[in-house]
Amino acid sequence: MKRLIILSLLVICSCKNKSEDTKEIKASEISLNENKEAENSADYDLKIYDYDGLEPLINKNDDKVHVVNFWATWCAPCVKELPYFEEINEEYKDNNVEVLLVSLDFPRNYDSKLKPFIAKRNIQSQVVAFDDVDQNRWIPAIDKDWSGAIPATIIYNKDKRKFYEQSFTKEELETELKQFLK
Amino acid sequence: MNTLKLFAVMVLTLALSVFTANTEDDGYKIGDVATDFSLENIDGKMVSLSDFKDAKGFIVVFTCNTCPYAVAYEDRVEALNKKYADKGYPVVAIMPNNTDVKPGDSIDEMKARAKAKGFTFPYLMDKGQKIYPQYGATKTPHVYLLEKTKKGNVVKYIGAIDDNYKDASAVKTKYVENAVDALLKGKEIEVKETRAIGCTIKV
Repeated sequence: MKRLIILSLLVICSCKNKSEDTKEIKASEISLNENKEAENSADYDLKIYDYDGLEPLINKNDDKVHVVNFWATWCAPCVKELPYFEEINEEYKDNNVEVLLVSLDFPRNYDSKLKPFIAKRNIQSQVVAFDDVDQNRWIPAIDKDWSGAIPATIIYNKDKRKFYEQSFTKEELETELKQFLK
Repeated sequence: MNTLKLFAVMVLTLALSVFTANTEDDGYKIGDVATDFSLENIDGKMVSLSDFKDAKGFIVVFTCNTCPYAVAYEDRVEALNKKYADKGYPVVAIMPNNTDVKPGDSIDEMKARAKAKGFTFPYLMDKGQKIYPQYGATKTPHVYLLEKTKKGNVVKYIGAIDDNYKDASAVKTKYVENAVDALLKGKEIEVKETRAIGCTIKV
């Protein structure tokens, strides 16, 4: 807050040069926004799991249809399709559909990239971080056909389970999801 | 007799359908003969596996500049080439991405990266993206270890470089090194296939 007052004072004092003072205002706005974002993202309660921790979350035996998407902030096709998962999470809430976004971001990027990304995009689906280096164990355990490329998605309920090593359009995702809705 | 015939047909059909299901799967399996290619290297010259007269085989790595996993493994790919090129197993790196989608993987960017990192192996552009689908590579990095034999370059190992993408010093099993060492000693490779997370090849 002190800095803000000083900055505002600076802005007021440097009225002589107009171009300069717009610059000052912009600078103060930017720093304010960044602070806000950092605060918000630090609040996100990011749960971090290894495979033993994740396993029950992707094998629930309840009455819901679960959509699990493996992604990362560095994965361009993942980021592109993320809004569709957010949309179905919202639009199919009443159909008992639940989306879980499993991030494969590197742990060193949780605070610098993942949390700010969640805050900036205002992601509503549940996001968990998955950190387990023994990929040769858990990739085939999650699906025998998964080569390890992301994005990858599981749709399942207690009767049926399908795995997709691909990117989705909104339409494709809805078509697949509807197979699981009664 | 008729029922026996019917049974035979049924068994045959089943066997055939299993067989076709297997062959329909994309890409190479262990024991398949891998195709050679002629791809442009970062120095502008065309490179083929057949150019390496003295090689006993190849460590073919599908990799790129832009995937964080590929980047995490850059130094280890270079180390593999340093260790094994003289022993007859050079690294041949192939960049499979569509550079319109990933401009960071253009030939100029590949040159810059190779120079910055001091790559001593060929770093080839899969122009037209014809080679990676034949191998069945799905992501970067993705390794195919080939052994030169009379019938061609036979696939001996497919998968990851080692078991820790995050921390080279915390690696427990060096899959590729173990596989090459086994070939050099004329022994059976223990782990022939592994899986690891990587970036989808951009089409």
